[in-house]
Amino acid sequence: MAKVKHESDWYPLESGESVLDALLRQGVSIPNACRAGACQSCLMRAVAGTVPEAAQVGLKDTLRAQGYFLACACRPPEGTQLEVTGAEALRIPARIQALSSLSTSVLRVRLVTDSPLAYHAGQYISLVREDGLARSYSLASLPHEDALELHVRLQPGGAMSGWLAQDARPGDRLQVQGPAGSCFYVPGRPEQPLLLAGTGTGLAPLYGIVRDALAAGHSGPIWLFHGARTPEGLYLTSELRALAEQHPQFRYRPGVLEGGSRDVAEGALDVLIRAECPKPLGWRAWLCGDGPLVLSLRKKLFLAGLSLKDLHTDAFLPSVPTGQRSSDAGAR
Amino acid sequence: MSVMAEKSVYEQLGGEPAMAAAVEVFYRKVLADEHISHFFEDVDMERQAAKQKAFLTMVTGGPVHYSGKDMRAGHAPLVKRGLNDSHFDAVAGHLKATLEELGVAAPLVAKVMTIAESARADVLGR
Ligand SMILES: Cc1cc2nc3c(=O)[nH]c(=O)nc-3n(C[C@H](O)[C@H](O)[C@H](O)COP(=O)(O)OP(=O)(O)OC[C@H]3O[C@@H](n4cnc5c(N)ncnc54)[C@H](O)[C@@H]3O)c2cc1C
Ligand code: HEM
Ligand code: FES
Repeated sequence: MAKVKHESDWYPLESGESVLDALLRQGVSIPNACRAGACQSCLMRAVAGTVPEAAQVGLKDTLRAQGYFLACACRPPEGTQLEVTGAEALRIPARIQALSSLSTSVLRVRLVTDSPLAYHAGQYISLVREDGLARSYSLASLPHEDALELHVRLQPGGAMSGWLAQDARPGDRLQVQGPAGSCFYVPGRPEQPLLLAGTGTGLAPLYGIVRDALAAGHSGPIWLFHGARTPEGLYLTSELRALAEQHPQFRYRPGVLEGGSRDVAEGALDVLIRAECPKPLGWRAWLCGDGPLVLSLRKKLFLAGLSLKDLHTDAFLPSVPTGQRSSDAGAR
Repeated sequence: MSVMAEKSVYEQLGGEPAMAAAVEVFYRKVLADEHISHFFEDVDMERQAAKQKAFLTMVTGGPVHYSGKDMRAGHAPLVKRGLNDSHFDAVAGHLKATLEELGVAAPLVAKVMTIAESARADVLGR
């Protein structure tokens, strides 16, 4: 049997159980959301004992070296003894500066952190509310801007998005953990064609990445495909059209499944991409938003010739309700 | 006395960097082949690519070591899902095409194919 010590108590793990599931099952409250190793909300630190390699996949080297790990991905072998603490030390207090709507279903949240957060546009952070509710959101802002900008889609019955839309007010305090993720622009090859594609609020990181690339003087073509079910799901359209007018190398392509018009293409995102970018050999791409869509696009672009090392993805995996074991969640 | 160990195909191809390039070519062929792609679809493409790299390293005589028993155990779940000679032949075909596409000389390709063939019974659990 493996066991885990948290705040002076030892908790046994069932065979194959994750540290997150074991602690939640025994009444310990640990922030978590996706339970699939994707959102980093469940970050914890091992102060004694070793965690399996799989529990540190996707973490920065500096965090790994300090023993940080993802509790949902940590299934220690029989006989392991681990002593763990939360990731409170990594969280930065922040306050909500402004809340506004970008469309009927998307909220723009601006946050100011008490101390500066070093990040790249397009990475994501975990928002942790006072009661421990945690959800991840991508950064649409640029590091030199005075506030962090998030685009939050209103999820019916959503704990965090519902709270932000209805109850939260400017001045309210939250904590920010992160940043994480590899969806960001890397300078050095200004001529390389870039392909950015996303659905819904998958636009948030892409909006950051596009502006970052343009600010860095990227001169090669930059394609941005933003997909939604209907035109109401698109947002920031006039800002993006204005950006495209200022920068001829930037091509903005909104697309919808139904209700297309002269300015908005109609069709599945992968079809729209293939029509305009049939041979993306040697390109770099970022794909963000709805999980299954991101994964299927990645496969299609890989088959079309893009190299895996040039393909960056953030699948916005939803939260898995407490009570459901992560192993049953089917998220991977 | 000069006893020079013969270089493995892996070394002759250029070692690890050559494998990293080969794995993309190979993985693309496998994923595009509907007869076998369902065995290789994985949420985590990087993880899957790493396994294909282990495969290529192994059949070119590089520094990974799997026993026949490992091969049996590793592919047993696939055998349960119906893995048979036709799938094996398809993978072998893509392996050959990958090496040829990368300009590997025919005698080396033949060597690799012999190593791959020697794993058939273990992979198919016979
Ligand atoms: C790396 C990462 C980055 C993310 N970035 C963003 C971002 O920039 N903008 C953004 O809006 N969201 C983003 N998300 C998603 C976000 O973290 C939350 O999952 C989302 O906001 C819903 O949280 P909630 O508390 O409002 O709803 P919850 O209370 O978590 O959900 C309510 C119910 O709806 C279900 N549900 C939630 N989302 C979905 C969905 N997409 N499809 C089907 N069922 C669903 C839940 O399972 C639950 O039953 C990201 C997720 C990850 C992992
Ligand atoms: C030439 C004979 C073959 C050899 C030498 C071989 C070798 C290997 C090796 C070394 C691995 C990595 C194991 C690991 O690191 O976990 C692997 C994994 C795998 N092989 Fe093979 N293989 C062969 C044939 C096949 C065939 C015919 C198929 C299916 C059509 C197949 C499907 C797979 C899959 C899907 C995995 C990944 C399994 C997982 O996700 O855990 N292999 N193989
Ligand atoms: S990474 Fe563990 S809950 Fe999301």
